[in-house]
Amino acid sequence: MKVLVPIKRVIDYNVKVRVKPDHSDVDLTNVKMAINPFCEIAVEEAVRLKESGVATEVIAVSIGDKSCQEQLRTALALGADRAIQIDTDQNLDSLNVAKLLQKVVEEEQPQIVLLGKQAIDTDNNQTGQMLGALTGMPQGTFASVVKVEGEQLHVTREVDGGLQTVALNLPAIVTTDLRLNEPRYASLPNIMKAKRKPLDVKSAADFGIDLSPRSTLVKVTPPAERQAGIVVESIEELVEKLKNEAKVI
Amino acid sequence: MSILVIAEHDNQSLKAETLKTVAAAAAIGGDIHVLVAGLNCGVAAEEAAKAAGVSKVFVADNAAFEHQLAENVSLLVTELAGDYSHILASASTTGKNFMPRVAALLDVAQVSDIIAVESADTFVRPIYAGNAIATVQSLDEKKVITVRSTGFDAVETTGSAEVVALESVTDAGTSSYVGAELTVSERPELGAAGVVISGGRGMQNGDNFQLLEGIADKLGAAIGASRAAVDAGFVPNDMQVGQTGKIVAPDLYIAVGISGAIQHLAGMKDSKIIVAINKDPEAPIFQVADYGLVADLFDALPELESAL
Ligand SMILES: Cc1cc2nc3c(=O)[nH]c(=O)nc-3n(C[C@H](O)[C@H](O)[C@H](O)COP(=O)(O)OP(=O)(O)OC[C@H]3O[C@@H](n4cnc5c(N)ncnc54)[C@H](O)[C@@H]3O)c2cc1C
Ligand SMILES: Cc1cc2nc3c(=O)[nH]c(=O)nc-3n(C[C@H](O)[C@H](O)[C@H](O)COP(=O)(O)OP(=O)(O)OC[C@H]3O[C@@H](n4cnc5c(N)ncnc54)[C@H](O)[C@@H]3O)c2cc1C
Repeated sequence: MKVLVPIKRVIDYNVKVRVKPDHSDVDLTNVKMAINPFCEIAVEEAVRLKESGVATEVIAVSIGDKSCQEQLRTALALGADRAIQIDTDQNLDSLNVAKLLQKVVEEEQPQIVLLGKQAIDTDNNQTGQMLGALTGMPQGTFASVVKVEGEQLHVTREVDGGLQTVALNLPAIVTTDLRLNEPRYASLPNIMKAKRKPLDVKSAADFGIDLSPRSTLVKVTPPAERQAGIVVESIEELVEKLKNEAKVI
Repeated sequence: MSILVIAEHDNQSLKAETLKTVAAAAAIGGDIHVLVAGLNCGVAAEEAAKAAGVSKVFVADNAAFEHQLAENVSLLVTELAGDYSHILASASTTGKNFMPRVAALLDVAQVSDIIAVESADTFVRPIYAGNAIATVQSLDEKKVITVRSTGFDAVETTGSAEVVALESVTDAGTSSYVGAELTVSERPELGAAGVVISGGRGMQNGDNFQLLEGIADKLGAAIGASRAAVDAGFVPNDMQVGQTGKIVAPDLYIAVGISGAIQHLAGMKDSKIIVAINKDPEAPIFQVADYGLVADLFDALPELESAL
């Protein structure tokens, strides 16, 4: 079975983003970029499905400008077999990303599509679910365990009250949570090998989808800064302050 | 304008998030209806009918909705969507699961995790782990929105809406429920507690979380954790506070043995008062703490428990 893994290029999770002085957006010039951590977990899971003989081919796809080829090469170095870049300069919203992915699904016919549960830049947590609705596939979101059981996929999900397990008919969508696995590091030979793996480039415009934006970004502002408070010397002083100054206990 | 709010409940009772989502609907303004989809969820529907500002409650009582499977619930909501300008649900793991499917079925974008309403089409939401706050104007005819419950105060329960049973059963037949391991706790829920005390990697193991329990008992607090503590297996996943865990904003948040990574801060920095207990004076958590105590937690916690 084929596994499709959509991945997104985002700001490195260690970087604290700054808002542009004119409040038009965040400033991403010269900021370190990386593969979205949840997407990296998705690639790792797909590669493990291949190593255990369940999957036959792992295809990574990313929608963005040429620079996202860097993250596709990372996915190839981690073990994906081939990659597709859908080229666009536009900042697409999740629905348009899902519509483009739907076309890729129609063409590649994967049995499992593994996505990150959220991209750590826009924190939307939408794309996988939208792709599920567009393709009619069931979904196991926020997955911490994924198992193929006969004709079905069993997914254990991290939900607010604990864990929930669902059974999904194949083909199915899975979105990854943090504890699904710990991604490997790409070895140098694999990084070299990844350079020769196939990477197809397609133009988003060729898919015949109306990609016009559904929203406008009015402004982006920095959050209210918290002022660092005081250092107390003892538990006694802490309890006294909480009682009499902050009045929270 | 009329607004449909999808209720958050566990079939037995309504979750507090629903009252906060209704508050967001009230901020948009218009006739507010609530949908309760579940199995044997009549009591939850009665509770929803008391939410101030709600004029009608629809109940879809059927096995297809018992476990809030996204495939089935999204079809039901889409069926009802025709009459509404806005569809709202809480940004809980349930809302996050089915709402994007509703949006895609209606061919509209979703505005996720709003913390404020500027107008009927313009909303405020945090991005980049809360390091930037975006104001977004939706251009779609229908708005599909998830609501972060820390952004809104619950409406009163003084209402008396009409309760209407729905016959509609939408079963996609593509997924089924296998089982659940839900954490049973006497303590308040993380999202609803007035006081939260969280432990991090500094706690060293799960047993040491007992040091937090005595304090939590005295303060009526919920217990949370950092991702490092969850990943290390000290405590279950539903205790994780942060960008990718639960977002909390209690009156008092006590961080113990937590360094203060941006992903953790994203989940708690809107708390009214923050206390940090950490042995490293350079830990970034002190930059957001109102009261910091540089101490070994194994000395400080027993002392704190007896001082309360
Ligand atoms: C500061 C800023 C503000 C923005 N504001 C807006 C806005 O107001 N409105 C708007 O519509 N868009 C906006 N965008 C565009 C936005 O970056 C995303 O491209 C879009 O919202 C996709 O959603 P997401 O990445 O948050 O998806 P999520 O649903 O959070 O991502 C989940 C998963 O979907 C997959 N995925 C997502 N994107 C891609 C991709 N490009 N290629 C392959 N797989 C992918 C990945 O597997 C990912 O882990 C903004 C971007 C920036 C940088
Ligand atoms: C995609 C992504 C998403 C993430 N999401 C989240 C999230 O939602 N929530 C989250 O919390 N993290 C999240 N993280 C992880 C985050 O980056 C940090 O790794 C994590 O928060 C660190 O947890 P910690 O503070 O417990 O551990 P550490 O950073 O190891 O800090 C432990 C602290 O304990 C102190 N300490 C040790 N012993 C003692 C003692 N005896 N007495 C007093 N103090 C002591 C140390 O001085 C130190 O400051 C995410 C990371 C990624 C990449």
